[in-house]
Amino acid sequence: MSLITELDSRAGKLGVPLSAHLDVTYRCNERCVHCYLPHDDRGEMTTAEIVDLLDQLADAGVFFLTISGGEPFLRRDLFEILAHARARTFNIKLKTNAILIREGEAESLRRFNLDSIQISIYSHRPEVHDAITKVKGSLERSIAAIRFLKSRGFKVTIANVIMRYNRHDYPGVQALAAELGAIFTIDPTITPHIEGDRGILALNVSRADLEEIFHTESLVGNLEEFCAPPVAVDDDVLDSVSCSAGHTLAYISPYGDVFPCVQFPLPSGNVRKQKFLDIWRDSPQLREVRSIHARDLEGCSECGHVGSCTRCPGLAYREGNMRGPSMADCEKSFARTGIPSRNMLRKAAFSVPLVQIEEWRSTASGAGLAEDDFGGGKDRENVLSC
Amino acid sequence: MTETYIARSSDVASRMLGGEMIIMSAADSTLFTLNQQATAIWNAADGVTPLSEIVESKICGAFEVDPAVAYQDAEELVRDLAGHGILLVSERPAEGREVTS
Repeated sequence: MSLITELDSRAGKLGVPLSAHLDVTYRCNERCVHCYLPHDDRGEMTTAEIVDLLDQLADAGVFFLTISGGEPFLRRDLFEILAHARARTFNIKLKTNAILIREGEAESLRRFNLDSIQISIYSHRPEVHDAITKVKGSLERSIAAIRFLKSRGFKVTIANVIMRYNRHDYPGVQALAAELGAIFTIDPTITPHIEGDRGILALNVSRADLEEIFHTESLVGNLEEFCAPPVAVDDDVLDSVSCSAGHTLAYISPYGDVFPCVQFPLPSGNVRKQKFLDIWRDSPQLREVRSIHARDLEGCSECGHVGSCTRCPGLAYREGNMRGPSMADCEKSFARTGIPSRNMLRKAAFSVPLVQIEEWRSTASGAGLAEDDFGGGKDRENVLSC
Repeated sequence: MTETYIARSSDVASRMLGGEMIIMSAADSTLFTLNQQATAIWNAADGVTPLSEIVESKICGAFEVDPAVAYQDAEELVRDLAGHGILLVSERPAEGREVTS
Protein backbone atom coordinates (compact mmCIF):
# COMPACT_ATOMS: atom_id res chain seq x y z
CA MET A 1 0.00 0.00 0.00
CA SER A 2 1.44 3.40 -0.97
CA LEU A 3 1.78 6.08 1.66
CA ILE A 4 -0.92 8.17 -0.04
CA THR A 5 -3.32 5.21 -0.07
CA GLU A 6 -2.51 4.63 3.57
CA LEU A 7 -3.17 8.29 4.40
CA ASP A 8 -6.44 8.19 2.50
CA SER A 9 -7.51 5.10 4.37
CA ARG A 10 -6.61 6.71 7.71
CA ALA A 11 -8.44 9.91 6.74
CA GLY A 12 -11.50 7.85 5.81
CA LYS A 13 -11.54 6.19 9.22
CA LEU A 14 -11.17 9.57 10.93
CA GLY A 15 -13.85 11.20 8.75
CA VAL A 16 -11.36 13.77 7.45
CA PRO A 17 -11.68 15.32 3.97
CA LEU A 18 -8.08 14.81 2.91
CA SER A 19 -8.68 16.24 -0.57
CA ALA A 20 -10.77 19.05 -2.00
CA HIS A 21 -11.37 20.21 -5.54
CA LEU A 22 -12.33 23.86 -5.80
CA ASP A 23 -13.51 25.33 -9.09
CA VAL A 24 -13.00 29.07 -8.70
CA THR A 25 -14.96 29.87 -11.86
CA TYR A 26 -16.90 28.15 -14.61
CA ARG A 27 -16.02 30.92 -17.05
CA CYS A 28 -13.58 29.83 -19.71
CA ASN A 29 -11.65 31.25 -22.63
CA GLU A 30 -11.94 27.99 -24.56
CA ARG A 31 -15.12 26.29 -25.72
CA CYS A 32 -14.11 22.65 -25.75
CA VAL A 33 -16.58 20.46 -27.59
CA HIS A 34 -16.70 17.89 -24.77
CA CYS A 35 -16.90 20.29 -21.81
CA TYR A 36 -19.40 19.37 -19.09
CA LEU A 37 -19.73 22.86 -17.59
CA PRO A 38 -21.88 25.92 -18.35
CA HIS A 39 -19.63 28.98 -18.82
CA ASP A 40 -21.75 31.88 -17.67
CA ASP A 41 -21.12 33.50 -14.29
CA ARG A 42 -24.07 32.86 -11.98
CA GLY A 43 -22.62 34.61 -8.95
CA GLU A 44 -19.16 33.29 -8.15
CA MET A 45 -17.83 33.40 -4.62
CA THR A 46 -15.97 36.60 -3.84
CA THR A 47 -12.30 36.69 -2.89
CA ALA A 48 -13.25 37.03 0.77
CA GLU A 49 -15.62 34.06 0.55
CA ILE A 50 -12.94 31.89 -1.06
CA VAL A 51 -10.31 32.94 1.48
CA ASP A 52 -12.73 32.06 4.28
CA LEU A 53 -13.50 28.74 2.58
CA LEU A 54 -9.78 27.93 2.32
CA ASP A 55 -9.46 28.56 6.05
CA GLN A 56 -12.38 26.23 6.69
CA LEU A 57 -10.91 23.55 4.42
CA ALA A 58 -7.52 23.76 6.15
CA ASP A 59 -9.15 23.55 9.58
CA ALA A 60 -11.20 20.55 8.42
CA GLY A 61 -7.97 18.74 7.51
CA VAL A 62 -7.83 19.15 3.72
CA PHE A 63 -4.26 18.58 2.56
CA PHE A 64 -4.53 18.02 -1.20
CA LEU A 65 -6.19 21.02 -2.85
CA THR A 66 -6.97 21.16 -6.56
CA ILE A 67 -7.79 24.61 -7.92
CA SER A 68 -9.50 24.48 -11.27
CA GLY A 69 -12.36 25.83 -13.37
CA GLY A 70 -13.48 26.84 -16.02
CA GLU A 71 -10.24 28.63 -16.55
CA PRO A 72 -8.92 29.80 -13.17
CA PHE A 73 -6.76 32.50 -14.75
CA LEU A 74 -9.93 34.35 -15.71
CA ARG A 75 -10.24 35.33 -12.05
CA ARG A 76 -8.28 38.49 -11.42
CA ASP A 77 -7.78 37.43 -7.81
CA LEU A 78 -6.27 34.04 -8.65
CA PHE A 79 -2.86 34.96 -7.24
CA GLU A 80 -4.50 36.21 -4.06
CA ILE A 81 -6.34 32.91 -3.74
CA LEU A 82 -3.15 30.93 -4.38
CA ALA A 83 -1.23 33.06 -1.88
CA HIS A 84 -3.77 32.28 0.81
CA ALA A 85 -3.77 28.59 -0.09
CA ARG A 86 0.03 28.66 0.18
CA ALA A 87 -0.15 30.39 3.58
CA ARG A 88 -2.47 27.62 4.78
CA THR A 89 0.10 25.02 3.68
CA PHE A 90 -2.05 23.06 1.25
CA ASN A 91 -0.50 20.78 -1.32
CA ILE A 92 -1.76 22.69 -4.36
CA LYS A 93 -2.46 21.35 -7.82
CA LEU A 94 -3.56 23.86 -10.46
CA LYS A 95 -5.56 22.81 -13.52
CA THR A 96 -5.57 25.23 -16.43
CA ASN A 97 -5.54 25.42 -20.21
CA ALA A 98 -2.53 27.73 -19.71
CA ILE A 99 -3.24 30.01 -22.64
CA LEU A 100 -3.05 33.03 -20.32
CA ILE A 101 0.28 31.93 -18.83
CA ARG A 102 3.11 33.95 -20.31
CA GLU A 103 6.59 34.46 -18.95
CA GLY A 104 5.41 36.92 -16.28
CA GLU A 105 2.65 34.65 -14.99
CA ALA A 106 4.99 31.65 -14.91
CA GLU A 107 7.47 33.67 -12.87
CA SER A 108 4.74 34.90 -10.51
CA LEU A 109 3.47 31.38 -9.90
CA ARG A 110 6.83 30.34 -8.43
CA ARG A 111 6.10 31.90 -5.06
CA PHE A 112 3.16 29.58 -4.43
CA ASN A 113 5.20 26.35 -4.41
CA LEU A 114 2.61 24.48 -6.41
CA ASP A 115 2.83 20.73 -6.36
CA SER A 116 1.99 20.52 -10.05
CA ILE A 117 0.17 22.20 -12.91
CA GLN A 118 -2.10 20.14 -15.14
CA ILE A 119 -2.70 21.36 -18.66
CA SER A 120 -5.12 19.87 -21.17
CA ILE A 121 -3.65 19.08 -24.58
CA TYR A 122 -5.90 17.26 -27.04
CA SER A 123 -3.56 16.80 -29.95
CA HIS A 124 -0.05 17.62 -31.11
CA ARG A 125 -1.68 18.95 -34.31
CA PRO A 126 -3.03 22.52 -34.09
CA GLU A 127 -5.84 21.78 -36.52
CA VAL A 128 -7.17 19.09 -34.16
CA HIS A 129 -6.45 20.69 -30.78
CA ASP A 130 -7.75 24.10 -31.85
CA ALA A 131 -10.86 22.54 -33.39
CA ILE A 132 -11.65 20.89 -30.05
CA THR A 133 -11.02 24.05 -27.98
CA LYS A 134 -12.57 26.24 -30.70
CA VAL A 135 -9.78 28.77 -30.13
CA LYS A 136 -7.34 29.32 -32.98
CA GLY A 137 -3.76 29.31 -31.77
CA SER A 138 -4.63 27.68 -28.45
CA LEU A 139 -2.23 24.74 -28.89
CA GLU A 140 0.65 27.06 -29.67
CA ARG A 141 -0.09 29.18 -26.61
CA SER A 142 -0.51 26.20 -24.28
CA ILE A 143 2.79 24.72 -25.46
CA ALA A 144 4.55 28.07 -25.01
CA ALA A 145 3.17 28.21 -21.47
CA ILE A 146 4.44 24.71 -20.72
CA ARG A 147 7.91 25.78 -21.85
CA PHE A 148 7.77 28.87 -19.58
CA LEU A 149 6.66 26.72 -16.65
CA LYS A 150 9.20 23.97 -17.23
CA SER A 151 12.01 26.50 -17.49
CA ARG A 152 11.05 27.62 -13.98
CA GLY A 153 11.10 24.15 -12.52
CA PHE A 154 7.37 23.39 -12.38
CA LYS A 155 6.09 19.86 -12.52
CA VAL A 156 3.69 19.91 -15.48
CA THR A 157 1.22 17.19 -16.36
CA ILE A 158 -0.31 17.05 -19.82
CA ALA A 159 -3.82 15.62 -19.61
CA ASN A 160 -4.98 14.14 -22.89
CA VAL A 161 -8.73 13.58 -22.99
CA ILE A 162 -9.36 11.14 -25.79
CA MET A 163 -12.51 11.37 -27.87
CA ARG A 164 -13.60 10.52 -31.40
CA TYR A 165 -11.97 13.63 -32.88
CA ASN A 166 -8.47 12.96 -31.56
CA ARG A 167 -8.45 9.21 -30.99
CA HIS A 168 -5.40 8.61 -33.16
CA ASP A 169 -3.33 11.48 -31.78
CA TYR A 170 -2.32 10.27 -28.34
CA PRO A 171 1.08 8.94 -29.50
CA GLY A 172 1.83 12.43 -30.84
CA VAL A 173 0.75 14.06 -27.56
CA GLN A 174 2.79 11.53 -25.65
CA ALA A 175 5.86 12.38 -27.73
CA LEU A 176 5.19 16.08 -27.24
CA ALA A 177 5.00 15.57 -23.46
CA ALA A 178 8.33 13.74 -23.53
CA GLU A 179 9.90 16.55 -25.56
CA LEU A 180 8.58 19.17 -23.11
CA GLY A 181 9.58 17.17 -20.02
CA ALA A 182 5.96 16.89 -18.90
CA ILE A 183 4.13 13.95 -17.35
CA PHE A 184 1.60 12.44 -19.75
CA THR A 185 -1.81 11.14 -18.72
CA ILE A 186 -4.78 10.02 -20.79
CA ASP A 187 -8.45 9.98 -19.97
CA PRO A 188 -10.79 8.21 -22.38
CA THR A 189 -13.95 9.26 -20.51
CA ILE A 190 -16.35 11.93 -21.70
CA THR A 191 -18.56 13.10 -18.86
CA PRO A 192 -22.22 14.09 -19.30
CA HIS A 193 -22.95 17.80 -18.95
CA ILE A 194 -23.35 18.81 -15.32
CA GLU A 195 -26.85 20.09 -16.11
CA GLY A 196 -27.93 16.74 -17.48
CA ASP A 197 -27.37 16.84 -21.25
CA ARG A 198 -25.92 13.49 -22.31
CA GLY A 199 -25.48 14.49 -25.98
CA ILE A 200 -21.72 14.94 -25.63
CA LEU A 201 -21.36 11.26 -24.76
CA ALA A 202 -21.52 10.68 -28.53
CA LEU A 203 -17.93 11.94 -28.53
CA ASN A 204 -16.77 8.89 -26.57
CA VAL A 205 -14.34 6.66 -28.45
CA SER A 206 -15.62 3.36 -29.78
CA ARG A 207 -15.27 0.07 -27.93
CA ALA A 208 -12.52 -0.98 -30.37
CA ASP A 209 -10.58 2.25 -29.74
CA LEU A 210 -10.92 1.82 -26.00
CA GLU A 211 -9.64 -1.73 -26.28
CA GLU A 212 -6.66 -0.53 -28.30
CA ILE A 213 -5.85 2.19 -25.75
CA PHE A 214 -6.10 -0.24 -22.84
CA HIS A 215 -3.78 -2.68 -24.58
CA THR A 216 -1.06 -0.14 -25.30
CA GLU A 217 1.75 -0.74 -22.85
CA SER A 218 3.19 2.77 -23.12
CA LEU A 219 -0.13 4.13 -21.84
CA VAL A 220 -1.19 1.66 -19.18
CA GLY A 221 2.07 0.21 -17.91
CA ASN A 222 2.19 -3.48 -17.16
CA LEU A 223 -0.28 -4.99 -19.64
CA GLU A 224 -0.56 -8.32 -17.90
CA GLU A 225 -1.48 -6.61 -14.67
CA PHE A 226 -3.73 -3.96 -16.22
CA CYS A 227 -5.68 -6.39 -18.37
CA ALA A 228 -5.77 -9.20 -15.82
CA PRO A 229 -9.06 -11.09 -15.37
CA PRO A 230 -11.22 -9.88 -12.49
CA VAL A 231 -10.06 -10.70 -8.97
CA ALA A 232 -11.98 -13.15 -6.82
CA VAL A 233 -14.87 -11.61 -4.93
CA ASP A 234 -14.69 -11.93 -1.15
CA ASP A 235 -16.05 -10.05 1.85
CA ASP A 236 -13.23 -7.48 1.70
CA VAL A 237 -14.23 -6.65 -1.86
CA LEU A 238 -17.93 -6.49 -0.98
CA ASP A 239 -17.21 -4.24 2.01
CA SER A 240 -15.14 -1.82 -0.07
CA VAL A 241 -16.27 1.55 -1.42
CA SER A 242 -16.04 2.74 -5.01
CA CYS A 243 -13.71 5.71 -4.55
CA SER A 244 -12.90 8.61 -2.26
CA ALA A 245 -15.82 10.81 -3.44
CA GLY A 246 -17.66 11.97 -0.31
CA HIS A 247 -15.43 9.81 1.87
CA THR A 248 -12.18 11.78 1.83
CA LEU A 249 -12.84 14.05 -1.14
CA ALA A 250 -15.16 17.02 -1.55
CA TYR A 251 -15.88 19.25 -4.52
CA ILE A 252 -16.89 22.89 -4.20
CA SER A 253 -18.33 24.84 -7.15
CA PRO A 254 -17.68 28.55 -7.81
CA TYR A 255 -21.07 29.20 -6.22
CA GLY A 256 -20.25 27.40 -3.00
CA ASP A 257 -22.17 24.21 -3.76
CA VAL A 258 -20.65 21.12 -2.19
CA PHE A 259 -20.72 17.80 -4.06
CA PRO A 260 -18.98 14.51 -3.30
CA CYS A 261 -16.80 15.00 -6.41
CA VAL A 262 -16.65 17.12 -9.57
CA GLN A 263 -17.99 14.08 -11.47
CA PHE A 264 -20.73 13.48 -8.90
CA PRO A 265 -23.13 16.47 -8.91
CA LEU A 266 -25.20 15.39 -5.93
CA PRO A 267 -26.07 18.68 -4.15
CA SER A 268 -24.96 18.20 -0.56
CA GLY A 269 -24.96 21.74 0.83
CA ASN A 270 -23.67 25.24 0.17
CA VAL A 271 -20.86 26.97 2.04
CA ARG A 272 -22.67 30.30 1.72
CA LYS A 273 -25.37 28.90 3.98
CA GLN A 274 -23.48 26.49 6.22
CA LYS A 275 -19.94 25.91 7.45
CA PHE A 276 -18.06 23.44 5.29
CA LEU A 277 -17.39 21.11 8.20
CA ASP A 278 -21.09 21.00 9.13
CA ILE A 279 -21.91 19.99 5.56
CA TRP A 280 -19.09 17.44 5.52
CA ARG A 281 -20.20 15.82 8.75
CA ASP A 282 -23.97 16.16 8.66
CA SER A 283 -25.17 16.35 5.06
CA PRO A 284 -27.73 13.56 4.54
CA GLN A 285 -26.54 13.22 0.95
CA LEU A 286 -22.90 12.68 1.93
CA ARG A 287 -23.97 10.29 4.66
CA GLU A 288 -25.91 8.32 2.08
CA VAL A 289 -22.90 8.20 -0.27
CA ARG A 290 -20.76 6.93 2.61
CA SER A 291 -23.26 4.22 3.44
CA ILE A 292 -22.85 2.53 0.05
CA HIS A 293 -20.53 -0.46 -0.16
CA ALA A 294 -19.89 -2.80 -3.06
CA ARG A 295 -22.33 -5.33 -1.64
CA ASP A 296 -25.12 -2.73 -1.90
CA LEU A 297 -24.63 -2.05 -5.60
CA GLU A 298 -27.50 -3.19 -7.76
CA GLY A 299 -26.13 -5.49 -10.43
CA CYS A 300 -22.50 -4.74 -9.63
CA SER A 301 -22.42 -6.74 -6.39
CA GLU A 302 -23.01 -9.94 -8.39
CA CYS A 303 -20.64 -8.93 -11.21
CA GLY A 304 -17.28 -10.64 -11.46
CA HIS A 305 -15.60 -7.28 -12.09
CA VAL A 306 -16.73 -5.79 -8.78
CA GLY A 307 -13.28 -6.14 -7.16
CA SER A 308 -11.31 -4.46 -9.94
CA CYS A 309 -13.85 -2.21 -11.68
CA THR A 310 -13.16 1.52 -11.83
CA ARG A 311 -16.87 2.19 -11.30
CA CYS A 312 -17.51 5.90 -10.87
CA PRO A 313 -20.45 6.48 -8.52
CA GLY A 314 -20.86 9.94 -10.05
CA LEU A 315 -21.35 8.54 -13.52
CA ALA A 316 -23.72 5.94 -12.07
CA TYR A 317 -25.64 8.76 -10.39
CA ARG A 318 -25.88 10.56 -13.72
CA GLU A 319 -27.19 7.38 -15.29
CA GLY A 320 -29.98 7.53 -12.73
CA ASN A 321 -28.85 5.49 -9.73
CA MET A 322 -25.82 6.06 -7.51
CA ARG A 323 -26.21 2.45 -6.34
CA GLY A 324 -26.23 1.17 -9.89
CA PRO A 325 -23.60 0.50 -12.52
CA SER A 326 -21.81 3.07 -14.64
CA MET A 327 -21.93 1.89 -18.24
CA ALA A 328 -18.73 3.79 -19.09
CA ASP A 329 -16.90 1.71 -16.50
CA CYS A 330 -18.56 -1.53 -17.62
CA GLU A 331 -17.13 -0.72 -21.05
CA LYS A 332 -13.69 -0.12 -19.53
CA SER A 333 -13.75 -3.41 -17.64
CA PHE A 334 -14.71 -5.17 -20.85
CA ALA A 335 -12.04 -3.36 -22.88
CA ARG A 336 -9.39 -4.34 -20.34
CA THR A 337 -10.30 -7.98 -19.87
CA GLY A 338 -12.54 -9.02 -22.76
CA ILE A 339 -15.07 -10.22 -20.20
CA PRO A 340 -18.46 -8.49 -20.33
CA SER A 341 -19.86 -7.11 -17.09
CA ARG A 342 -23.08 -8.44 -15.63
CA ASN A 343 -24.72 -5.16 -16.57
CA MET A 344 -23.62 -5.53 -20.20
CA LEU A 345 -24.97 -9.08 -20.34
CA ARG A 346 -28.24 -7.97 -18.84
CA LYS A 347 -28.57 -5.14 -21.33
CA ALA A 348 -27.72 -7.51 -24.19
CA ALA A 349 -30.41 -9.92 -23.01
CA PHE A 350 -33.01 -7.20 -23.17
CA SER A 351 -31.91 -5.66 -26.45
CA VAL A 352 -34.06 -6.58 -29.42
CA PRO A 353 -32.22 -5.92 -32.67
CA LEU A 354 -34.10 -6.53 -35.93
CA VAL A 355 -32.90 -9.72 -37.56
CA GLN A 356 -34.06 -11.08 -40.90
CA ILE A 357 -34.55 -14.81 -40.82
CA GLU A 358 -35.30 -17.26 -43.56
CA GLU A 359 -38.62 -17.12 -45.32
CA TRP A 360 -41.34 -18.59 -43.17
CA ARG A 361 -42.36 -21.40 -45.50
CA SER A 362 -38.95 -23.02 -45.81
CA THR A 363 -38.27 -22.73 -42.09
CA ALA A 364 -41.65 -24.15 -41.24
CA SER A 365 -41.22 -27.12 -43.49
CA GLY A 366 -37.81 -27.83 -42.05
CA ALA A 367 -39.18 -27.74 -38.55
CA GLY A 368 -42.17 -29.78 -39.49
CA LEU A 369 -44.56 -27.02 -38.54
CA ALA A 370 -47.63 -26.09 -40.49
CA GLU A 371 -48.18 -22.54 -41.66
CA ASP A 372 -51.34 -22.26 -39.66
CA ASP A 373 -49.59 -23.12 -36.44
CA PHE A 374 -48.53 -19.44 -36.35
CA GLY A 375 -51.62 -18.02 -37.82
CA GLY A 376 -50.01 -18.27 -41.24
CA GLY A 377 -48.21 -16.00 -43.29
CA LYS A 378 -45.68 -14.10 -45.19
CA ASP A 379 -45.85 -11.33 -42.64
CA ARG A 380 -43.48 -13.41 -40.59
CA GLU A 381 -40.51 -12.90 -42.86
CA ASN A 382 -39.15 -10.27 -40.52
CA VAL A 383 -39.39 -10.92 -36.84
CA LEU A 384 -37.94 -9.48 -33.69
CA SER A 385 -35.38 -11.73 -32.22
CA CYS A 386 -33.72 -11.57 -28.86
CA MET B 1 27.91 24.30 23.32
CA THR B 2 26.64 25.57 19.97
CA GLU B 3 22.90 25.94 19.82
CA THR B 4 20.84 24.65 16.89
CA TYR B 5 17.87 26.57 15.57
CA ILE B 6 15.34 24.97 13.28
CA ALA B 7 12.68 26.47 11.04
CA ARG B 8 10.04 24.94 8.83
CA SER B 9 10.68 25.41 5.13
CA SER B 10 8.10 27.51 3.36
CA ASP B 11 8.33 25.13 0.37
CA VAL B 12 6.33 22.36 1.99
CA ALA B 13 2.71 21.45 2.37
CA SER B 14 1.70 20.17 5.78
CA ARG B 15 -1.38 19.12 7.68
CA MET B 16 -2.23 17.33 10.92
CA LEU B 17 -4.02 14.01 10.50
CA GLY B 18 -5.01 12.08 13.58
CA GLY B 19 -2.32 13.65 15.76
CA GLU B 20 0.46 13.16 13.22
CA MET B 21 1.87 15.64 10.74
CA ILE B 22 1.84 14.95 7.01
CA ILE B 23 4.46 16.87 5.06
CA MET B 24 5.05 16.96 1.35
CA SER B 25 8.05 18.60 -0.21
CA ALA B 26 7.14 20.73 -3.21
CA ALA B 27 10.63 20.20 -4.58
CA ASP B 28 10.33 16.47 -5.18
CA SER B 29 6.82 15.53 -3.95
CA THR B 30 8.29 13.30 -1.26
CA LEU B 31 5.68 12.57 1.38
CA PHE B 32 6.52 12.23 5.06
CA THR B 33 4.46 11.45 8.09
CA LEU B 34 5.84 12.46 11.46
CA ASN B 35 5.01 10.64 14.67
CA GLN B 36 3.76 12.59 17.68
CA GLN B 37 7.22 13.47 19.03
CA ALA B 38 8.49 14.54 15.61
CA THR B 39 5.28 16.51 15.10
CA ALA B 40 5.88 18.37 18.36
CA ILE B 41 9.37 19.32 17.18
CA TRP B 42 8.03 20.35 13.75
CA ASN B 43 5.35 22.54 15.27
CA ALA B 44 7.89 24.26 17.52
CA ALA B 45 10.39 24.85 14.70
CA ASP B 46 9.96 28.62 14.58
CA GLY B 47 13.59 29.46 13.82
CA VAL B 48 14.10 31.31 17.09
CA THR B 49 13.69 28.66 19.79
CA PRO B 50 16.83 26.55 20.36
CA LEU B 51 16.43 22.84 19.64
CA SER B 52 17.52 21.99 23.17
CA GLU B 53 14.70 24.11 24.56
CA ILE B 54 12.19 22.52 22.17
CA VAL B 55 13.26 19.05 23.25
CA GLU B 56 13.05 19.98 26.91
CA SER B 57 9.69 21.73 26.75
CA LYS B 58 7.87 19.76 24.06
CA ILE B 59 9.34 16.26 24.30
CA CYS B 60 10.77 15.47 27.74
CA GLY B 61 7.81 16.79 29.68
CA ALA B 62 5.11 15.50 27.38
CA PHE B 63 6.49 12.07 26.53
CA GLU B 64 8.51 11.17 29.66
CA VAL B 65 11.74 10.31 27.88
CA ASP B 66 15.34 10.64 28.96
CA PRO B 67 16.59 14.13 27.96
CA ALA B 68 19.88 12.89 26.49
CA VAL B 69 18.16 10.22 24.40
CA ALA B 70 15.45 12.65 23.34
CA TYR B 71 18.01 15.23 22.21
CA GLN B 72 19.97 12.62 20.26
CA ASP B 73 16.79 11.44 18.53
CA ALA B 74 15.79 15.02 17.79
CA GLU B 75 19.18 15.79 16.24
CA GLU B 76 18.85 12.72 14.02
CA LEU B 77 15.33 13.74 12.96
CA VAL B 78 16.48 17.30 12.23
CA ARG B 79 19.37 16.04 10.09
CA ASP B 80 17.01 13.76 8.18
CA LEU B 81 14.38 16.44 7.53
CA ALA B 82 17.03 19.04 6.69
CA GLY B 83 18.49 16.59 4.20
CA HIS B 84 15.15 16.60 2.39
CA GLY B 85 15.02 20.38 2.50
CA ILE B 86 11.87 20.57 4.59
CA LEU B 87 13.55 21.89 7.72
CA LEU B 88 16.09 24.70 7.78
CA VAL B 89 18.91 24.47 10.32
CA SER B 90 21.04 27.31 11.60
CA GLU B 91 23.43 28.05 14.44
CA ARG B 92 21.79 31.43 14.87
CA PRO B 93 18.17 32.39 15.48
CA ALA B 94 16.31 33.68 12.46
CA GLU B 95 15.64 37.40 12.38
CA GLY B 96 12.19 38.74 11.63
CA ARG B 97 10.93 35.28 10.77
CA GLU B 98 7.26 35.07 10.13
CA VAL B 99 5.90 32.08 11.96
CA THR B 100 2.99 30.28 10.32
CA SER B 101 1.13 27.28 11.61
